[in-house]
Amino acid sequence: MTKNKAALLCGILFGFGLAISQMNNPDKVLAFLDITGNWDASLAFVMGGALITLGTLQHFILKRPQPICETEFHLPKSNNPIDKQLILGAIIFGIGWGLVGFCPGAVLAAFGDGKIEPFLFTLALGAGMMLFNKFHEIK
Amino acid sequence: MENFTPYSAFLGGSLIGLSAALLMYFNGRVAGISGMIAGTFDVKNSANHWRLFFLGGLILAAVIFNLFVPHAPATYSRSTLLLIISGIFVGYGTRLGNGCTSGHAVCGMARLSIRSIAATITFMAIAILTVFIIRHLFGISS
Repeated sequence: MTKNKAALLCGILFGFGLAISQMNNPDKVLAFLDITGNWDASLAFVMGGALITLGTLQHFILKRPQPICETEFHLPKSNNPIDKQLILGAIIFGIGWGLVGFCPGAVLAAFGDGKIEPFLFTLALGAGMMLFNKFHEIK
Repeated sequence: MENFTPYSAFLGGSLIGLSAALLMYFNGRVAGISGMIAGTFDVKNSANHWRLFFLGGLILAAVIFNLFVPHAPATYSRSTLLLIISGIFVGYGTRLGNGCTSGHAVCGMARLSIRSIAATITFMAIAILTVFIIRHLFGISS
């Protein structure tokens, strides 16, 4: 298994996961976020399923000396402090997420629904990332 | 809660968790979608190509599912302007905060990362507040 084939397989699983759980439907996500309305707790079960599965498997995976297709595990540094950037970024993302109900994975998984909205949103998302790169002088 | 779908939600979530675990097992990488999208801006760097394969697989699977499995269609009641503003916020915010729902709320929380837990609590709370303001204070439906 090469790196790219492994990534393709994982992407397919991720896409089916998003579609089966309907997290690619913003109505479903907004119904979870609308706690004072007609609340739909489904998203919490998606997170629960993901955290239990990943948490259990990862416990064994990270005990291995290295991954199969690479020489080391690329983990974000866990001892970095909580800083202003992290919280401000989360606030801006939270506003955007609450406005429409799309997050980056969900919108890509909505491409097959025959509507123009997911494509428009993805273009805007790319523009937002480029704006960040411009402000923060990242190539 | 008549639209509550706990079984398909749990099954779908488990597949997302399995995907993230396998990506760590094979490639030693965190399954953060916003980071992968940002990484595809630099496609000349062949070290980034796995990201294109992951995102391609994600889209392919969802398209196949949407074509062949009956499901409730999304209503998209928001205006185009709101859609664009929302996309820009999500793109900018996930870069500034180093992750989104997949990177922080799934992968980071599964590692019990303090930063990811703080980010997840923050964007969840803000998103809930945003929906409350839009639906219940401004009265914009769905």
